Amino acid sequence: MADTPSRSRPGSRAWYLLLVLPFIALLWVPFYNRVEPTLGGFPFFYWYQFVWVFVTSGLIIIVHRMRG
Amino acid sequence: MNWTALIVFILLFGFITVIGFVAANWRRGDLDQLHEWGLAGRRLGTVITWFLLGGDLYTAYTFIAVPALVFGAGAIGFFALPYTIVMYPLVFLILPRMWSVTHTHNYITAADFVQGRYGNRWLALAVAITGIVATMPYIALQLLGLQVVIGAMGVGASGGLAGDLPLIIAFVILAAFTYTSGLRAPAMIAVVKDTLIYITVLALVIVVPLQVGGYDKIFAAVPPAKLLLASPGPKTLGQYSAYATLALGSAFALFLYPHSMTAVLSSSSREVIRRNAAYLPAYSFLLGLLALTGFMALALGVDKLPEFAPQFAHYKTNFAVPALILHAFPDWFAGVGFAAIGIGGLVPAAIMSIAAANLFTRNIYVRFIKADCTPREEARNAKIVSLVVKFGALVFIIFLPLQYAIQLQLLGGIWISQTIPAVIVGLYTRWLNPWALLVGWAAGIVGGTAMAASTKFQSAVFPLAVGDWTAPGYAALYALLLNFAVSIVLSALFNAAKLGLGRDETTTGDYLFNPARAK
Repeated sequence: MADTPSRSRPGSRAWYLLLVLPFIALLWVPFYNRVEPTLGGFPFFYWYQFVWVFVTSGLIIIVHRMRG
Repeated sequence: MNWTALIVFILLFGFITVIGFVAANWRRGDLDQLHEWGLAGRRLGTVITWFLLGGDLYTAYTFIAVPALVFGAGAIGFFALPYTIVMYPLVFLILPRMWSVTHTHNYITAADFVQGRYGNRWLALAVAITGIVATMPYIALQLLGLQVVIGAMGVGASGGLAGDLPLIIAFVILAAFTYTSGLRAPAMIAVVKDTLIYITVLALVIVVPLQVGGYDKIFAAVPPAKLLLASPGPKTLGQYSAYATLALGSAFALFLYPHSMTAVLSSSSREVIRRNAAYLPAYSFLLGLLALTGFMALALGVDKLPEFAPQFAHYKTNFAVPALILHAFPDWFAGVGFAAIGIGGLVPAAIMSIAAANLFTRNIYVRFIKADCTPREEARNAKIVSLVVKFGALVFIIFLPLQYAIQLQLLGGIWISQTIPAVIVGLYTRWLNPWALLVGWAAGIVGGTAMAASTKFQSAVFPLAVGDWTAPGYAALYALLLNFAVSIVLSALFNAAKLGLGRDETTTGDYLFNPARAK
């Protein structure tokens, strides 16, 4: 991971594009401003945004690994 | 008076006081050097940085105000979640460059960087003053968090100066350990604070749904108008653009605040920041849960309970979470929750006062008043300024109407955003002209303040008219657009005329400097 400085060249800069996804997904509000489908009693508006916490974290980890 | 809760609260407070003083000896350094006192020697690793940034960004005011907004205004208050999500890709991309250049040149503040990059002390002064002014009301609001939980335990109900005594005691403790230990104190206390916060919030999101009968019952109790954002009417983007711009603008503003900069610069490497960008969203999750406690308070109708009527009359919706804690938990656990919020105010207040002191010392005192300062005098000056800043905030919260602190904090967010072109764009290019940036900054400050004034300082959302459409949005972002437009146009002119270009002491490699990799 980060602690292996000797590794070869980092991956393509295109990996950074993954980090654009949370902005599109969360800043375009009409995507998710609704109640259905609910999940465990949570309206879509709420659980959708909670899911993006984990997705964003995952995307950052992927970009970090790929870019070294 | 709630004695059980109070005793637990006092015990936990005593515990963190001891930690605060012991912290001076942790990873010992010469506390007469500013980078040792004010940045903990730049030696903080991944875990401590995680707690420090968490303790910094998710403050007592957040814990009180976010649920209060959801409780009072509904879904719009939930913007705190997307805001703290989109922040981390920005942290991951931008702040490692900031770490590298500050590390190469021993910069301690963002204004130090601006000074080095643009060779223009007036631009650096503008950045420093903006940082200090934006931070002051923020510190005052941490005290509000403390005041609300002290009030929730029935202390200080008598009013007057005697009623403020607990707050004053808490603040003297804070001032003493910050003076002695510098950034090491909040760094260590943040670990205790966040553990308590996680325990309290997890308990709330488990216990309350059990009492109410599930999350569907909680959401069912929320009036439909509060459950979702209102669909925009004709010729307006309504709450949609307000929600999105609040999230984006706040994300930009947050890491320009001096206290977040201090936490970033105190980390031991670029990698610490990059790793933290991936793991800090754990706090966003917590914040989302916390926002939901606003709905829980609504579902339980805590504002209608007669035993809380006096506090609701006094603290308004800010009492929603303390009331929920008192209602849902036994007294001893309420003490734990209140200690979590109270300590949650002290940690950021300490970091903020250190950050403001660093700015004043480096970019005003040494630059404009006493240029031949020894490192020892510099550190001493910063320690004294941190005391002045904190007592200023204390006087503010005790003697002025609360509304002023809230309105100033709202303005602070708008103002601090106006340092983005100089600080953030400056990390990538030197094309913008320092004098153009200064004029752009002034335009943004005036424009943003005027927008807030047009709502009588009641709202950060400004209804921008574009043709016959209205796009309500965060004034900080609109002011920033103005700021950028002015900065870019004037830069083209000034640069062509070779006017006031200034000397850049940084090189391209400084922004990528990575000691771990160089070995």
